[in-house]
Amino acid sequence: MGRVERKVAVVSGAGTGIGRAAAKRLAEEGALVTVAEFDAETGREAAAELGGDAKFIQHDVREEASWQSLFAAVASNHGRPDILVNNAGILATENDQELALTDLAQWRAVQQVNVEGVFLGCKYGVAAMCADGGRAKGGDGGGAIVNMSSIAGLIATAHLVAYGASKGAVRQMTKSVAIDCAKKGLGIRCNSVHPGVIVTNMGDQVMGMGNGNVDANWEARLSLVPMGEPGQAVDVANCILFLASDEARHITGAELVVDGGMTAI
Amino acid sequence: MVRDRMGRVEGKVAIVTGGGTGIGRATARRLAEEGAIVTITDVNVEAGQAVADELGGKAMFIQQDVRQEADWQRLMDQVADKQRRLDILHNNAGILATQQMQFLADTDVEQWRAIQAVNVEGVFLGCKYGVAAMSVGGRERGGAGGGAIVNMSSVAGLIGTPGAIAYGASKGAVRQLTKSVAIDCAKKGLGIRCNSIHPGIIQTNMGEEVMHLGGGDPERAWKAFIKSVPMDEPGRPEDIANCVLFLASDEARHVTGAELVVDGGITAI
Repeated sequence: MGRVERKVAVVSGAGTGIGRAAAKRLAEEGALVTVAEFDAETGREAAAELGGDAKFIQHDVREEASWQSLFAAVASNHGRPDILVNNAGILATENDQELALTDLAQWRAVQQVNVEGVFLGCKYGVAAMCADGGRAKGGDGGGAIVNMSSIAGLIATAHLVAYGASKGAVRQMTKSVAIDCAKKGLGIRCNSVHPGVIVTNMGDQVMGMGNGNVDANWEARLSLVPMGEPGQAVDVANCILFLASDEARHITGAELVVDGGMTAI
Repeated sequence: MVRDRMGRVEGKVAIVTGGGTGIGRATARRLAEEGAIVTITDVNVEAGQAVADELGGKAMFIQQDVRQEADWQRLMDQVADKQRRLDILHNNAGILATQQMQFLADTDVEQWRAIQAVNVEGVFLGCKYGVAAMSVGGRERGGAGGGAIVNMSSVAGLIGTPGAIAYGASKGAVRQLTKSVAIDCAKKGLGIRCNSIHPGIIQTNMGEEVMHLGGGDPERAWKAFIKSVPMDEPGRPEDIANCVLFLASDEARHVTGAELVVDGGITAI
């Protein structure tokens, strides 16, 4: 038996990086996974890699209609969702993004994906998990939402002011959603995950900011990780799996930091 | 025990302090289910031995007072003698140590020290001797080395606990100590991770003790406490055991110096 056997899971931004690793771990542990991804090519590829019951749905987290059609498709393919991983997020800059260098349009572009996208995900995710009326009305209901924040949501990110603020908003929203669901007796938990330096495409983007030397920047960044090495996408995926599984049944509104010690000092 | 796959801590050598009851017992069971060779320690011989007997196999019980440095030394010697290594240490043993509400003005210094001796000094000694045992032939000397320490803190280490002032301070110290140990081990390249767990209201003997504080009606106290849990139910020892298992396993290989809160939402609001 897998740790999330036969659970219906949706992972946004599952075409690459942490989302893809999370989709893979959930599928390995028995979940029926929907790969929701903006980029059709990587999304299809990820779903094909998972094989079995996995599905790809093209999805834009910014669009309310896209969430509605996503959950309609999930309901018809796999049934009522048990797990939602709000993973899709963007850095959306190739330049250092300090306060003075950040224009309002850039700011909004980041918040739209990273914050509004998670807000809509939580809203439509909770509704879909309660589609049978939920526990409060005698249904099975219940589920687990895992939101992707970052250590950028915990400590200052002077060169990524919009990204950091977006991840801070995700951290806080996670707690409000958790308490809302708990108080309503919906049986839905909601937690955030806070990765540090992880080997992903986005990690490369960060290291290349301002036309910097990617290798030199990786080295400098790793010197900030007490463990002396970056995390791999699968390390974050294992945290997501744990929080999504019934083993975390008493954990809600919590934040799981996976950063090799960066924010402990 | 029949398992249909490799355990998540297969073949790892683990110590659980205070493993005779409550969260420690649940954790010893869970680690053993997932393939670990578990040594249970407890001051209470009867309770500790019963858990080791229940687990069977290579599980063993060693009587230990976490306050005594000599006991830690002897424990590590015996584990090294039998198992040759140490991979996982769960510093779980802790006490509430009062039958009265323990507000600032009610707490005398002897009470204060009694709690810190178990809950803080006990964890300090555990980390010290645990890291040493995990580092025997460790990574810095080219050996496999490494390991995971999981310290038992509490939501009482995160928010004010005016009616249990000494206990709260002790758990705050454990939270902070955990981070320093994590960074120390990381910077030295020992491959040892160290994290803390922060339970809220859990159904254990200690939970019962809390409900009896001040001589009130324990059933009413449970109801009042559970009202403070947004999920509207207490946690079970097994819920905490699953958190220890996760942090102790290689799945948490990039998690160190972190705090895992398992409180049904108490501290999220």
